[in-house]
Amino acid sequence: MGELRLMKGNEVIAEAAIRCGCDGYFGYPITPQSEVMETLMNRRPWDETGMVVLQAESEVASINMVYGAAGSGKKVMTSSSSPGISLMAEGISYLAGAELPCLIVNVQRGGPGLGTIQPSQADYFQATKGGGHGDYRLIVLAPASVQEMNDFVDLSFELAFKYRNPVMILSDGAIGQMMEKVELADYKPRWTDEEVKEISGSWAAIGKSPDREQNIITSLELESDKMERNNIRFQAKYQKIQENEVRFEAIDCDDADYVIVAFGSAARVCQKTVQLARAKGHKVGLLRPITLFPFPTEEIKKMAGRVNGFLSVEMNAGQMVEDVRLAVNGKVPVEYYGRMGGIIPSPDEVEKALEQKLIGG
Amino acid sequence: MAEVAENIQNIIKPENLVYQKSPVLTDKVMHYCPGCSHGVVHKIIAEVIDEMGIQEDTIGVSPVGCSVFAYNYIDIDWHEAAHGRAPAVATGVKRVFPNKFVFSYQGDGDLAAIGTAETMHAVNRGENIVMVFINNAIYGMTGGQMAPTTMVGQVTATTPHGRNVDLNGYPLKITELIAQLPGAAYVTRQSVQTPAAVRKTQKAIRKAFEVQANKKGTAFVEVVATCNSGWKISPVESNEWMEEHMFPFYPLGDLKDGEKEDPEALKMNV
Ligand SMILES: Cc1ncc(C[n+]2csc(CCOP(=O)(O)OP(=O)(O)O)c2C)c(N)n1
Repeated sequence: MGELRLMKGNEVIAEAAIRCGCDGYFGYPITPQSEVMETLMNRRPWDETGMVVLQAESEVASINMVYGAAGSGKKVMTSSSSPGISLMAEGISYLAGAELPCLIVNVQRGGPGLGTIQPSQADYFQATKGGGHGDYRLIVLAPASVQEMNDFVDLSFELAFKYRNPVMILSDGAIGQMMEKVELADYKPRWTDEEVKEISGSWAAIGKSPDREQNIITSLELESDKMERNNIRFQAKYQKIQENEVRFEAIDCDDADYVIVAFGSAARVCQKTVQLARAKGHKVGLLRPITLFPFPTEEIKKMAGRVNGFLSVEMNAGQMVEDVRLAVNGKVPVEYYGRMGGIIPSPDEVEKALEQKLIGG
Repeated sequence: MAEVAENIQNIIKPENLVYQKSPVLTDKVMHYCPGCSHGVVHKIIAEVIDEMGIQEDTIGVSPVGCSVFAYNYIDIDWHEAAHGRAPAVATGVKRVFPNKFVFSYQGDGDLAAIGTAETMHAVNRGENIVMVFINNAIYGMTGGQMAPTTMVGQVTATTPHGRNVDLNGYPLKITELIAQLPGAAYVTRQSVQTPAAVRKTQKAIRKAFEVQANKKGTAFVEVVATCNSGWKISPVESNEWMEEHMFPFYPLGDLKDGEKEDPEALKMNV
């Protein structure tokens, strides 16, 4: 058993980064995620593991610092919240275009615009459908607990390097701010420069040795037939990710007549809704997508053959519901229930919505 | 004819060689317009890297602008950066690889317009990087629009009646601003229109890399440059125009030569 601690979600992101051998964090303060950098600065990992921590002048700069350091084959990350992630959209598109591994943490707050500092899931489209310009995808992980905030940091780096693709942890202000018991991972040493050379030297810009051609980190290709080939390669990679990396949790789904689909904070709420509904004699289950891209389309498709309907519960105006509908493909009704602007729905209001919209009261 | 050819063969011998292309320059044909300064500055950078023997340890950051393909010509590892973001990209590289040589190469639109914030803050942090700044007073790549450094009265695609201060603001002396920052160690303004000027710029860029080696702070080299295609005059006229109109406003020479400010001197009293 690893070390047990009572910690905030945001603090755990910092702790997990240090422990998993992260080489660099570049960020800019924004509520409700500022504790990530604050914790790092307080811990002084540069003394302990050599990890670099830098407060940039903006999110634009911080994501581009990530771009530079990621292109050096190092394990690097940033974190922000919704308006900051919008500013990073340009850089994220470049990272995807240059096929660089990195971790981007979005502790979402309500929008649009400056919005509110309360938790929200309104960046689902932005995270899963691109967000910046061009045809690209991020691998998107949605934690529902402080423990998963911890576990997904290391997993993100693993996936980022496996596919040479940016990974986003799509969290929200509730999970970032809540305190829970967490089992921390053991320390992994940072890669040495020799190891970086072995792992990433074939593509990373780490200094050209005489035995190889230049490594050039770029997303530029003026010849459109070559650019199309690049895009075909990206799409094949996303396809492979779709085939191999779907993660979800199914609670009480085996005998369910109705299935709630919810991720992150909303899924925590809906776990209670399932209990309330079951106590009333309704056979309700919860499908919690852990990866939002790739989305558990196949699982939902399978379920659509045996359940009477789905309810997508989200802290936004109904974004994921589109992916659920695509998977269900008209077989059974798919309804949406959600709250916006930083409000977390309560378990019984979801239960009521479930009865009204699907089960029939 | 045969005699001439034979004579030439006698002359072209390794022992007679006084100058050759730096091995750090690739054999690719440069895409720059004839008369453009970018190619000359590339050559200088390649020669400095060669002289210092740091090809294996140097990482370049290329901009958006005419020199976006700088990586095709200088045979080192490179990062291409988004428009204006090169100083942030260079910061990321340098912070995780503090012992590598890292330089950004940027035009005036890149460094002094869209990337002003990244430029000022990278220098203000005293990042141990070299920044090479090509000031041709125009946006070359996008077809000759106004840059922050465009001269008052200068005709460009977006100032077809000449730059008008009331409408377009003043030309920006960003290098003077940079020189004010405590993180700047070496700030200089050079040009490459004559062999003597090329030699001076070469010295300046060499010095900039040495400042980086000694971790003294940011080294910033502006090169006042021509863009005959954008300016729509011949290369020779461009050199004359630059000397006549740009040099009085952008005077050549060192603006700062030292090292970044001692933080102890700036510490608050507690
Ligand atoms: C975000 C963004 N905005 C605008 C552009 C279009 N653009 C390409 S090059 C350029 C100007 C570059 O001028 P400068 O930095 O002076 O370099 P030069 O071409 O003169 O060498 C612009 C505006 C872009 N590529 N990206």
